[in-house]
Amino acid sequence: MNAAVPVDELQPEALIPASEAGPASKRIVVAYGFWIFLLSDIVMFAALFAAYAVLKGGTAGGPAGAQLFNQVTAAIETACLLVSSYTCGLMSLAIRSQRRPATYFFAAITFVLGVAFLALELREFASMIAEGATPRRSAFLSAFFALVGCHGLHVGVGLVWLVVMMAQVAFMGFRASVQRRLLCFSLFWHALDIIWVGLFTVVYLMGVSQ
Amino acid sequence: MNESEHDRAPGDAVSAAEAHAAQPPGVVVYTIGLLLAVILTATSFWVANTSLLWGPGVPLGLAVLAIAQMGVHLVFFLHITTGPDSTNNVLALAFGVLIVFLVIAGSLWIMANLNANMTMSPGLMDLRMQR
Repeated sequence: MNAAVPVDELQPEALIPASEAGPASKRIVVAYGFWIFLLSDIVMFAALFAAYAVLKGGTAGGPAGAQLFNQVTAAIETACLLVSSYTCGLMSLAIRSQRRPATYFFAAITFVLGVAFLALELREFASMIAEGATPRRSAFLSAFFALVGCHGLHVGVGLVWLVVMMAQVAFMGFRASVQRRLLCFSLFWHALDIIWVGLFTVVYLMGVSQ
Repeated sequence: MNESEHDRAPGDAVSAAEAHAAQPPGVVVYTIGLLLAVILTATSFWVANTSLLWGPGVPLGLAVLAIAQMGVHLVFFLHITTGPDSTNNVLALAFGVLIVFLVIAGSLWIMANLNANMTMSPGLMDLRMQR
């Protein structure tokens, strides 16, 4: 240890060796457990991605991706989800410094962008179904609705979770348990964005460019 | 001291400079992440729509861009770093990536093989896949 550093500048817990620090803090353990859940969720999405990739050609004479997908909608959806991921990150910074108005503000932006994403996706589904491109039409469409619909369902659940968390902040304040739940929410929201990156690449860009 | 930041044996003490460096990420980190993600997304959309690039190479390029963007999200948004607190997270992620790779690549490989070896006409195959 450097003896020249004044003792009062050092944080006591930072000087404990990693092997003698004892169990990790609850925040780290909770985030790790939730990370395991997210990875299992990503593995489930991998199965849906594999099904989509395998069944992409199985259009059974029905419409293919190039006729159905609109890249402008996909681009707006991507922008919505990406910016909402960013504002979710800013929200977690506001939570860390316990600024309540900033937390509400960034949560509201995250929520509105998530709703916009979901509305665009549902409108896209509705127009596809109106054209007769229902999940029953072909294996390709079954796989498409399973994959994209499952992601949309996750976004919907995330929006409900965000509302519940804001109610908890309003009524319970920034207590430790609420902060850990908010940490899990932000991990969930960022993970959804990661899945969407794979999704717009595989479904919307690769499906249309060929 | 900075070179040895992430290079510590079990039992090594955390230096004061390191404790300072391990501060939680700020707005700058998220903003850099957003900018990188926007650049990569815009590049993906450009690659998919341009006629300047060699057609068969486009899906591979898109895959590379997508994986790069996932990496950006992991580092800048989810803060999966090389720090001592996220060692377990990195190991779990490595296992998750292995399973994802096996599921996707394995399915594509097996199904391509099956399609190639099937003595069915493509039309009949299409019918079979539909059910």
